[in-house]
Amino acid sequence: MEFTPAKTVGFAAIVCFVCSIFVASSAVGLKDLQKENEILDKQKKVLDVAGILNDQMAADANLIKKAYSERIKPVLVDLKEGACKGQDANTFDQQKFAKDPATSTNVSGNKAKVQRTPNCAKIFEVKSEAGNGIDTVILPVEGKGLWSTLYGFIALAPNGVDIKGLTFYKHAETPGLGGEVDNPKWKAQWKGKKAFKAGEAAPALYVKKGKANDNYSVDGLSGATLTSNGVTNLLQFWLGEQGFGSYIAKELKGGK
Amino acid sequence: MAKNKEVLLDPLFNENPIALQVLGICSALAVTTKMETALVMSLAVIVVLIFSNLTISLIRNFIPPSIRIIVQLTIIASLVIITDQVLKAFVYETAKQLSVFVGLIITNCIVMGRAEAFAMQQGPVKSVIDGIGNGLGYSIVLIFVAFFRELFGSGSLFGVQLLPLATEGGWYTPNGLLVLSPGAFFLIAIFIWIVRAFKPDQIEEE
Repeated sequence: MEFTPAKTVGFAAIVCFVCSIFVASSAVGLKDLQKENEILDKQKKVLDVAGILNDQMAADANLIKKAYSERIKPVLVDLKEGACKGQDANTFDQQKFAKDPATSTNVSGNKAKVQRTPNCAKIFEVKSEAGNGIDTVILPVEGKGLWSTLYGFIALAPNGVDIKGLTFYKHAETPGLGGEVDNPKWKAQWKGKKAFKAGEAAPALYVKKGKANDNYSVDGLSGATLTSNGVTNLLQFWLGEQGFGSYIAKELKGGK
Repeated sequence: MAKNKEVLLDPLFNENPIALQVLGICSALAVTTKMETALVMSLAVIVVLIFSNLTISLIRNFIPPSIRIIVQLTIIASLVIITDQVLKAFVYETAKQLSVFVGLIITNCIVMGRAEAFAMQQGPVKSVIDGIGNGLGYSIVLIFVAFFRELFGSGSLFGVQLLPLATEGGWYTPNGLLVLSPGAFFLIAIFIWIVRAFKPDQIEEE
């Protein structure tokens, strides 16, 4: 077969065209399913940190959806005065808000290596099982570990001080070392710890190197000092004044 | 002309892409900390290999030699993206753990290697069989490595705890080396050693 330049270019064009049709149709065709998975995964993590998730629920998407719609209520919180105005809590995209310079604040230079904080944040209120009042408040947190940014949720009691749980839904730390942030035994330690010392505004919570011995710390992850420090830094950042500090002080600790 | 059976079975041990040709090591190190991820990765590579070999074999007489590599790459890349999309849609949890490594199948030398060395010369049926064979050869090593890494690194298989961990009140202290990439290096080396002990003709001459 003779391959003239024109034929070669034509062949390349045909290959590109056919391939792009396949790629585009798979991306578009599967988008809804993927989106659903993503949302479901996040709902699962929210239920997990709220302490509602059980084994039966974890295996059944419908139970997750049901529990989520019954118990969880997304709420928007101003990190900067008035920024949440006109936003709908159900469809609010915090990541998008945090990326856009118009709706976020540059906070670079902090220990958690967070570059920008959104001016408006999406938190979750957990309704109590009996349906009277709020059980738990769930705040999103993120910050650098060793290799990756850890994204997670911290659950606080309505008094703003007692920790109910901490879980990460996205990270790429070393499996078996830093990846142990996902270990249920380690996560269970957070329950019952206190985020703040009485009368102090700065968060007291941290991951200790070695064995924890007070109300404000949990055991360090052995072999993962940098991930442990990362967790300390991101918690202190988001519970501090650049994060949810003033919200916690006013709305939770303020005795509402 | 090689028989179909040889085309299928040779890549398993006689010409294993990882053990003999030492291709595709990068992903073999990265996704073998757990059986589940290794299995899904193996399936993904087999599927991509089958379809890339098939497509390239079908159009092999029309591919202009001057742009053949980039044509192969375009086809492989498209297949990989489709695979990634399917995984994200149907096995989201696992796809999350595999993260970038599904995308990196594009750069897996096994796929390119088979396209260039086999599918460019052979008919579609043989090429598909060759794809299955090489995919299985890759999978054997992956699963061998993942079996030991998960069992001795985390004390479990497919996420089921078999050896009670010392950190959780049991007796087994997991081997931290195995969950890190160097652990996979040692295991692959042992695999190559075993294969070559039985097949001395694979030993390279000094």
